[in-house]
Amino acid sequence: MTEVGLTPFLILGAFLFACGVTCVTVKRNAVGVLMGVELILNAANVNLVAFARFNPAFRLDGQVFALMVVVLAAAEAAVALAIVLNFYNNHATVDVDEAKDLKE
Amino acid sequence: MGVVASRNVVRMAVWLLFTLIGVSLLYFLLGAEFAGAAQLIVYVGGTLVLVVFGVMLTAHGPLRELRTKKGEWLVGGALGGALFALLVAVSLQLGSPATPSESDALPGTGQLGLAFLGVPDTAPEGPITGVPAEKATRRTRASYLLPFEIVSVHLLVVLIGAAYLARAKRRVNP
Repeated sequence: MTEVGLTPFLILGAFLFACGVTCVTVKRNAVGVLMGVELILNAANVNLVAFARFNPAFRLDGQVFALMVVVLAAAEAAVALAIVLNFYNNHATVDVDEAKDLKE
Repeated sequence: MGVVASRNVVRMAVWLLFTLIGVSLLYFLLGAEFAGAAQLIVYVGGTLVLVVFGVMLTAHGPLRELRTKKGEWLVGGALGGALFALLVAVSLQLGSPATPSESDALPGTGQLGLAFLGVPDTAPEGPITGVPAEKATRRTRASYLLPFEIVSVHLLVVLIGAAYLARAKRRVNP
């Protein structure tokens, strides 16, 4: 197997991050915006694990931080989906452009 | 990675599933087995199920395909492209550190668990590569008991809060 350097992983992380930012800015569906946030967190995670692999001083730290990011992403998704469902119950829409107030 | 391109929410969820599985396979490839497994379990098993439930509960009729305006596509695409170009430029400048030898493989699951239990990292410490030599300090030994506890309590609080937010409401004045 040929050795892959650090740079391709960083570029992949950058691509995922750009996709996530584009998703957050472009989507009008609140669940779509949430998926964009997931993509951004994944990009950060790819970078963390890649640095942990290629830098011998950070072998443990990178993975620990990656695991924490995964847990925090799960928590964030739960809360955001709860808010979206609440909003949908109140307003019967998930369009973020229509979202002006949380209570009717 | 076609999450951005597809307009249908259900298709976006499926693309996100494939992306997450690919990222976890990448972790396995990088030698981080535990992070890969945790990614598979938490994301694909937990978060994506939540997202799919959200899609199913909110998507019907005209809401499933919300169109984006041309100008928004332009601004968003330009922003994403600019960020991508910036990050690629930076990461190309960064230069690759020394390729890892086989001897310093990534820590396994046991070492990770010990670190979370508060045992300091017992592995021999390597110097930090990729920075100028006069700034290269040895990193101190760290243990992760306190962050672990904070994250676990945070997860508990957040899940209770989410259940409270998403509870079925009774109408006060029907």
